[in-house]
Amino acid sequence: MARSDKVSRDAGIEVIGLVRRFKDVEAVAGIDLTISPGEIYGFLGPNGAGKSTTVHMLTTLLPPSAGRATVAGFDVVKQGSKVRASIGAALQEAALDPFLTGREHLRLGASLHGIRGTERKQLIERLLERVGLTTAGDRKVRTYSGGMKRRLDLALALIHDPSILFLDEPTTGLDPQSRSALWTEVARLAREEGVTVFLTTQYLEEADVLADRVGIIDHGHIVAEGTPGDLKAQIGKSTVEVVPENHDELGRLRELLLRFGEETAARPGAFAVQLNGKGELPSVIRALDTESLRAAEINLHQPTLDDVFLAKTGRTLEGAEEQA
Amino acid sequence: MISVALGLAYRQLTVLFKNPSLFLPPMLFPLMNFMSFAGGLSRLRHVPGFDFHSGYTAFTFVFVLLQSAAFGGVFAGFGIARDFEYGFARRLLVSAPQRSGLILGYALSALTRWAMIAIVLTTVALIGGMQVGGNGIDLFGMYALAMIFNIVGLLWACGVAMRFRSIQSGPLMQTPVFLLLFLSPVYVPLSLLTGWIHGVARVNPLTFLLEAGRGFIDGHPTQLAAAFGVSAALVVFFAFWARTGLARAERAG
Amino acid sequence: MSVIAHQVALIAQRSLVRTARQPGVWIPPLTFPLILMAVNSNGLKAATHLPGFPTNSFLAFFVPFSFMQGALFASAIAGTDLARDVDTGFLNRLALTPVRGAALLIGQVGGAVGLGTIQAVVYLAVALLAGVHIVAGIGGAVLILLLAILVATGFGTLGLWIALRTGSGEGVQSTFPLLFFLLLISSMNLPRNLIEVNWFRDLATINPVSYMIEAMRSLVISGWDTQALVLGFGFALALIGISLLLSARQLKVRMSRT
Repeated sequence: MARSDKVSRDAGIEVIGLVRRFKDVEAVAGIDLTISPGEIYGFLGPNGAGKSTTVHMLTTLLPPSAGRATVAGFDVVKQGSKVRASIGAALQEAALDPFLTGREHLRLGASLHGIRGTERKQLIERLLERVGLTTAGDRKVRTYSGGMKRRLDLALALIHDPSILFLDEPTTGLDPQSRSALWTEVARLAREEGVTVFLTTQYLEEADVLADRVGIIDHGHIVAEGTPGDLKAQIGKSTVEVVPENHDELGRLRELLLRFGEETAARPGAFAVQLNGKGELPSVIRALDTESLRAAEINLHQPTLDDVFLAKTGRTLEGAEEQA
Repeated sequence: MISVALGLAYRQLTVLFKNPSLFLPPMLFPLMNFMSFAGGLSRLRHVPGFDFHSGYTAFTFVFVLLQSAAFGGVFAGFGIARDFEYGFARRLLVSAPQRSGLILGYALSALTRWAMIAIVLTTVALIGGMQVGGNGIDLFGMYALAMIFNIVGLLWACGVAMRFRSIQSGPLMQTPVFLLLFLSPVYVPLSLLTGWIHGVARVNPLTFLLEAGRGFIDGHPTQLAAAFGVSAALVVFFAFWARTGLARAERAG
Repeated sequence: MSVIAHQVALIAQRSLVRTARQPGVWIPPLTFPLILMAVNSNGLKAATHLPGFPTNSFLAFFVPFSFMQGALFASAIAGTDLARDVDTGFLNRLALTPVRGAALLIGQVGGAVGLGTIQAVVYLAVALLAGVHIVAGIGGAVLILLLAILVATGFGTLGLWIALRTGSGEGVQSTFPLLFFLLLISSMNLPRNLIEVNWFRDLATINPVSYMIEAMRSLVISGWDTQALVLGFGFALALIGISLLLSARQLKVRMSRT
């Protein structure tokens, strides 16, 4: 598709009852999604939950077993080539040829998208600069670090100026600095260029920082959806953990804290409860003072997306990883 | 040292049997070569001056047996290189109290693996009608030579693998062995080779082993002192090569 | 240039560049057949004393083997490269571009053909330098090159099919001995009428590789033999056709984009 034939940025992603079966296994078990143009949607779940299968179906790499999906206004089954012209994708594995240079990768990608001549040259330089690979552009990819590969992957996904970007676990295995740089670029693409971003991740922090909305998938089902703030608000309960100054007073501390909420996991030598309501912390501190129970440490934990996952699935995300 | 060797050999063989892609090629190549040589070239026994009583199948069997032995050792060398590339060898270097036991362990696994190939090859040859002129002692001598050659192949490959510590060194392990094998009297006796290859084959150490092995299977042992002398010298030389390779790997850390 | 031709050129260029940048991949296939040519042409020279042997130069007789061996190596390289693309997800990356399946296949084969062509030219040049006289003349030499390239194309495409089917470099490598076996049970070392073991002669007779070798051999040692050429070119073209068909079907399965 020629670049002059740009697709509209007015349509996002619509998914109705999407299913994918692999023999007896239902990897995606009938999901519904609506993602608006320009939105960053975080798709969160443990390994094997169905995230990548969903991405493969939405990017036309895998035909669905049932259901319907439109991406950028095009049907993923009937209008595969139009979908592909509208999207960019950086899939789970940074699929690069170790023996080609970064610049050669971009040249190949641009050429296959029908971009030629001066336009191609300028585009390649612009993208290399944007992902910080200008000086490394003529080095073979086998010499790149994990972060550099991911950045090149992103540049390749952007080569034909897509309206929708699929990023399948884009920061897995990256160091914190590379991860933060990638987050900044993804956020910029959505905010400044209006690109819709469908981001799968198993990192709660990533979804929390980047996504406008989050969908949590487990065993092929979407178990929760909303903004990170809304989802955490649904859980609503903070946790307070207290370490007594005198270890012998752990029993008395337990009795006191149970008046404010239900017991929850705590470090050795500490006791913790999930508070019954908001604003209970001052009451806890007053009670400790009144009963002359000296605390060495008081910690208040706000609810996280992991708490949301726990509430919706009965497991922590980490535990789900092991079971997956 | 023995416990290190036995432990490593057990691990090597377990990995081997769980991966048909590692086990099958060293098994299939000698069989395919044997079929090709014995089936396709047997007319060569009619070449004037070809003097071997037990037939072309037995003549070519000895070469393929030695070839399987040498490449059995080389394939084991691939495993050593892989262990270095993936970091497993470093773990071995750290945990083995007697590091020479590692070479012994690799050698034991190579020998066991080759013994299985030799059994299959011999069975196929006998089913295919190979005539054996030699007695039990002769055959023992032939297999002993092949066994020593297997160890030589392993020690050579081991030395290369420990120096380069990368799977990329595979061709370097194979090519000299391939040349050594094919610059010997493979298809016809030494006396029928002419030109430069005759000159090269005459000084090729493998020629001594090949001629002695053919003598054993034919029931007319020949050049025994030279063959076993050359074998012993090769073992000593390549044991030194492997041990110095190990020392390099130790220094590289 | 049409879109598909442009895509074929891009994929072929990438395939050639990546091969050229791995000397460990292309040097052994280039040199190994030459070494075997040198060794076997001397080691098997005694065979020329057999009554009925068609030439007194075993080198001339053995030259076609190098082309076949080179083609097999090219097949393994093409297959391993594509298998790696499947394994690493690079094929998915290409599938997300407007590249057409046919362009992808032909382009990948283009890499094998390029390597096969270089190999064939080198083998022929070395053979001529070593004193081989091609009885069919310059036209014959050109035809040998053409057939060698067709054979490399056929086996290269077969390598792609194996890669698409197994999806792993290991899978391709473990299938390689089976392809090599086809070479070993052919008339590569002796003319079929001089093979005295019946089962081997029968296998060599039903083995298409024998006819590809014999077509090249006829041009080197006996001149223009229409029957040998028709059979050799026929089997090479049939191999290309069948391999392309199998690969195209397998590509659809592997690249199941909508």
